[in-house]
Amino acid sequence: MSVTDRINAAIRAVPPRLLYIVAPLPAAWWLYLGLTGGLGPEPIKALEHELGKFALQLLIAGLAVTPLRRHLGINLMKHRRAIGVVAFFYVLLHLLVWLGLDMAGLWGQIAADIVKRPYIALGMAGFVLLIPLAATSNALAVRKLGVRWRKLHRLVYPAVLLGGLHYVWLVKGLQLEPLLYMAAILGLLAVRVIPRPARTALRA
Amino acid sequence: MAGRWKNDLNWSDVTPKAAFLNRRQLIAGTASLVAGGIAGPALAGLDARPSAYSTDEAPNSFEDITSYNNFYEFGSGKSDPADYSDALTIDPWSVKIDGMVDRPGDYAFDDILKDVTLEERIYRLRCVEAWSMVVPWIGFELADLLGRAGVQPGAKYVAFETLLRPEEMRGQRRPILEWPYREGLRLDEAMHPLTILATGLYGEAIPKQNGAPLRLVVPWKYGFKSIKSIVRISLMDREPPTSWNMANAREYGFYSNVNPEVDHPRWSQATERKVGGGLFAKRVPTRMFNGYGEEVAGLYRGMDLTEAY
Repeated sequence: MSVTDRINAAIRAVPPRLLYIVAPLPAAWWLYLGLTGGLGPEPIKALEHELGKFALQLLIAGLAVTPLRRHLGINLMKHRRAIGVVAFFYVLLHLLVWLGLDMAGLWGQIAADIVKRPYIALGMAGFVLLIPLAATSNALAVRKLGVRWRKLHRLVYPAVLLGGLHYVWLVKGLQLEPLLYMAAILGLLAVRVIPRPARTALRA
Repeated sequence: MAGRWKNDLNWSDVTPKAAFLNRRQLIAGTASLVAGGIAGPALAGLDARPSAYSTDEAPNSFEDITSYNNFYEFGSGKSDPADYSDALTIDPWSVKIDGMVDRPGDYAFDDILKDVTLEERIYRLRCVEAWSMVVPWIGFELADLLGRAGVQPGAKYVAFETLLRPEEMRGQRRPILEWPYREGLRLDEAMHPLTILATGLYGEAIPKQNGAPLRLVVPWKYGFKSIKSIVRISLMDREPPTSWNMANAREYGFYSNVNPEVDHPRWSQATERKVGGGLFAKRVPTRMFNGYGEEVAGLYRGMDLTEAY
């Protein structure tokens, strides 16, 4: 058995349900830290940033599924839906912390920020693009939409790009971390234009 | 004591020392439990007088003030300065005072302290990122040091520089900003009695993450104007280049007075949240000149503050 086969066997052994079970744990942990002082003196921003970064990491993981299969033969297809759905919920939590804790009740300022602040507008646009994808992440929708489902779910490309830009745009000074996220996103989008290896090469 | 300027506060407005020490003891006591090693009454270490310029708002805890910092010389994360500023050597330390002064030269830190009156100044601090704190600084008026150096008649601006030492300041190994960090004030802003050089915090020598051994505090301007770990002060006849303004002039003006009506291009400055209030702390309205309008608004009379932001 090759290394790839072993990896694939291990991935197959994990039931997709497991991801949904462990997915809330990071959020619960950060919430616990935030309530007990573990996120520092300004826990609202810290919680907001942790959730946002984790959401981006999951979106990037989702983008990596296809290139991993095509170019390395590692098959995570079975878990792609769970990765995507969990990513959506982390984006939602990130947004809810901004609305409910960071901006708590300042609806005028919230509305003005969404319209006037490019990085907030970009983040919101990315979130809106993800809504139809989350809504059609069930077997029934996949069956009913058929070919159109695949086309619809290409919306994840602009959505992740907007998320990456949202992060790059909000920091002060020339910081490395958001640029690394952006590089990963652009890299994973770029490998999609590389022609697929021939079928025979995959079997070798 | 500078004493060239009058305000409408009297000594009767000063919080009585007993009440003041009691309150401080409570706060410092709590803080020392967490921080460890900060003992008893706040004024134990440095001998400093209370000041009429202090706010009566409750100061943030020592823990808050020393664990949540922007000091990009040690990294851009809020806890980076507390984590990495240990590496900084602050003894010996001297400040080069040059440019349009009668007595230019390298002023040793101990020598600077000999001729000044230390006061405790409890000031509000408003960061450009829309968070705020209340900090019990110990320091002296910048005007005292400038007076000692002898400001020449043609001087109109004061430029400041932070230490450049990438071996000890790990953030300086990457171009987050163009190092060394630079800041500047107009001469009248620099001579204003609210403007201090801080050497202490909560009655002790100022911790490295807060800008040891000597930092500027200009409480009516966004925090980044209050440059840390100063090694050079230059008097000049024109506006000096300043770090954040060099990085992005549209977002960070030379004046950078706290102003709820002039937004940062990327976020609103209308509200702020005081650090240390936990997960359910609400934002509060930001005040013009960070609440120091009565003292400083006159400096900007006739200026359009949406232009001179």
